[in-house]
Amino acid sequence: MRELALHILDIAENSISAGASQVKIYVNQNTRVDQLCIVVKDNGKGMDDELISKVLDPFTTSRTTRKVGLGIPLLKQAAEACNGSLTIESQPGEGTILTAKFQECHIDRMPLGNLADTFLTLLLGTPDVNFVLDYQVNDEVFHFDDSEVKEVMDGMSLTDYRVIEYLTNTIQTGINETNEKAIQQGVNYAYN
Amino acid sequence: MPTINSIEDLKRLREEARKIKDMRDQTGKTQIVVGMGTIGIAAGARETLKEILTFIEENRLPDIILRQTGNLGLDGMDPIVKVTLPDKEEIAYCKVNTDIARRIMQEHVVDGNVLTEHLVKE
Repeated sequence: MRELALHILDIAENSISAGASQVKIYVNQNTRVDQLCIVVKDNGKGMDDELISKVLDPFTTSRTTRKVGLGIPLLKQAAEACNGSLTIESQPGEGTILTAKFQECHIDRMPLGNLADTFLTLLLGTPDVNFVLDYQVNDEVFHFDDSEVKEVMDGMSLTDYRVIEYLTNTIQTGINETNEKAIQQGVNYAYN
Repeated sequence: MPTINSIEDLKRLREEARKIKDMRDQTGKTQIVVGMGTIGIAAGARETLKEILTFIEENRLPDIILRQTGNLGLDGMDPIVKVTLPDKEEIAYCKVNTDIARRIMQEHVVDGNVLTEHLVKE
């Protein structure tokens, strides 16, 4: 993977496979404590401790015995290479919370990449799941919950060109404005 | 209908779409599915899907249902795009980069001609 946003997409796919009706994505870049934190929280079927250890380990089991592939071990390795960590909290029937932390300015930290495209892919391509995005840079927050849009459209296709245009603009603008405000407040690194 | 800038605009669009739907009854829509497993994502499936969205937006194509799904079980052939025109059989394309995605949208979805390259061989 070339960007963290692609990892986020991959992790969210696991949530969808786990039957989640809601997936919340938090991306928090805190330059004051030099940390980038990614959280993907779902209300899917959850995992027991044995399955958690399996999905974290790329070698203990073969692909035919589980639906989850190499995505989680890859992200774990990327986080640990940047003085970070990856943890999974889950119980059967209770949903799953995956948290990946990175040292923000670590030389090996992958760029965040195109978070807007990741979010658009999820919310437009999966009309029956509710997605919530919270993108934060220090004190600036962009919050987007697609439930209002999906309720209004009431099961109709979201891939109408006008809906695509509206959602693309809303999400891209929200992320850009958050970055610009953070830069005005003295955050001086590149976001991509 | 002008550009959508608010939820109110969206509601008007929904009502408009409902009327059209009622008129046409259940005449089919074109279904497009992009495989979004780990390998697909690493191979560029998100960019492929985005290109399809951009094409729909630029050309104002109506009646298209685009969905993403998990691993389609065809490793080594990602990104995979499946296209089903109304009343036609499903066609699966493999190794669909953004250029091929654009060609599929123009030649297959708009013009109705299945591409001869990049087909998934059974």
